[in-house]
Amino acid sequence: MSVLVSTDWVKEHLTDPKVRIVEVDVDTTSYDQGHVPGAIGWNWTTQLCDTLVRDVIPKKKLEELLGKSGIDNDTTIILYGDNNNWFAAWAFWQLKLYGHQDVRMMDGGRKKWLAEGKELGTEAPNPPQKTYKANDPDNSIRAFLPEVQDAVRSRSAALVDVRSPAEFTGEILAPPGLPETCQRGGHIPGARSMPWAKLANDDGTFKTPAEIKALYDGVGVTGDKPIIAYCRIGERSSHSWFALKYLLGYKNVKNYDGSWTEWGNLVGAPVEKP
Amino acid sequence: MKAEDYTERHETIDGWPVHIVTYRIGGQYHCTIDNVDPGARFARAEGAKRDDVERTALEKAKRYLAQTRRFPTV
Repeated sequence: MSVLVSTDWVKEHLTDPKVRIVEVDVDTTSYDQGHVPGAIGWNWTTQLCDTLVRDVIPKKKLEELLGKSGIDNDTTIILYGDNNNWFAAWAFWQLKLYGHQDVRMMDGGRKKWLAEGKELGTEAPNPPQKTYKANDPDNSIRAFLPEVQDAVRSRSAALVDVRSPAEFTGEILAPPGLPETCQRGGHIPGARSMPWAKLANDDGTFKTPAEIKALYDGVGVTGDKPIIAYCRIGERSSHSWFALKYLLGYKNVKNYDGSWTEWGNLVGAPVEKP
Repeated sequence: MKAEDYTERHETIDGWPVHIVTYRIGGQYHCTIDNVDPGARFARAEGAKRDDVERTALEKAKRYLAQTRRFPTV
């Protein structure tokens, strides 16, 4: 089975006891409107992060969340969400960070499920509690600031900025209609622009690996050296990280979740424009 | 229960391309508006009538987009 599963596959596995379906949306109210029947809903603003320190979900909190969601280490987790699986990819990255083996994404996400008129449920399930044991974080898939600074100096990694072109050039400081969260616009010196949304089709599914590879080849990101993806807060870049690592199979790909809200607020950090 | 009357369209508000999705689940219409690039939902409305929820969501979208500043790039 591929790391991407279709909406039809999910429909056939709604009651599979080995499978747990989880919805993670940008818009945290979407789950309550109606969701894949039997799916659990996770709130990225409160459940997939450290709510005190800016950081990913702490290990203990992840173990509690998964246990409460009826997930143990052998469960197949199917993630999906709105915006072409934007935050589903954020959850995917964090689950891989803590070493969950079998996690997949429903290709097309919530948008495709709704557009196809597939059945929706409104009840939040209450699965039996399970025990989950997470690994220590695998930081081979996560970039921190010092590594990015070193990559800028030494050009030892390919930096990929997956924000919109207007954010990349510094024309705007945040996606249109959203609050500005940085002091300066522009991009990390040497970064290549490959907006995350280019990797998806109109129906929310991922483009084919050949199409995605051609896009990245076109900006000189070929997998011949380590890749660090970033965006504004690390979620769009987890979507691109997923595509680079799991659809193209590049070995050394990291998500810099500090992203532009870290770099663009640093005193004295070099910025490139346009 | 299913999403029904599902429609999508693109418009431009004050120079910003937006994507408008409207559908009904049960007796409730939902309209969401996202900025085309990157595709983040930033305005939405719910209600009993399609026209009303779209109008409300568009009003919110205009208000939020008016706060987006453009900076020189050179």
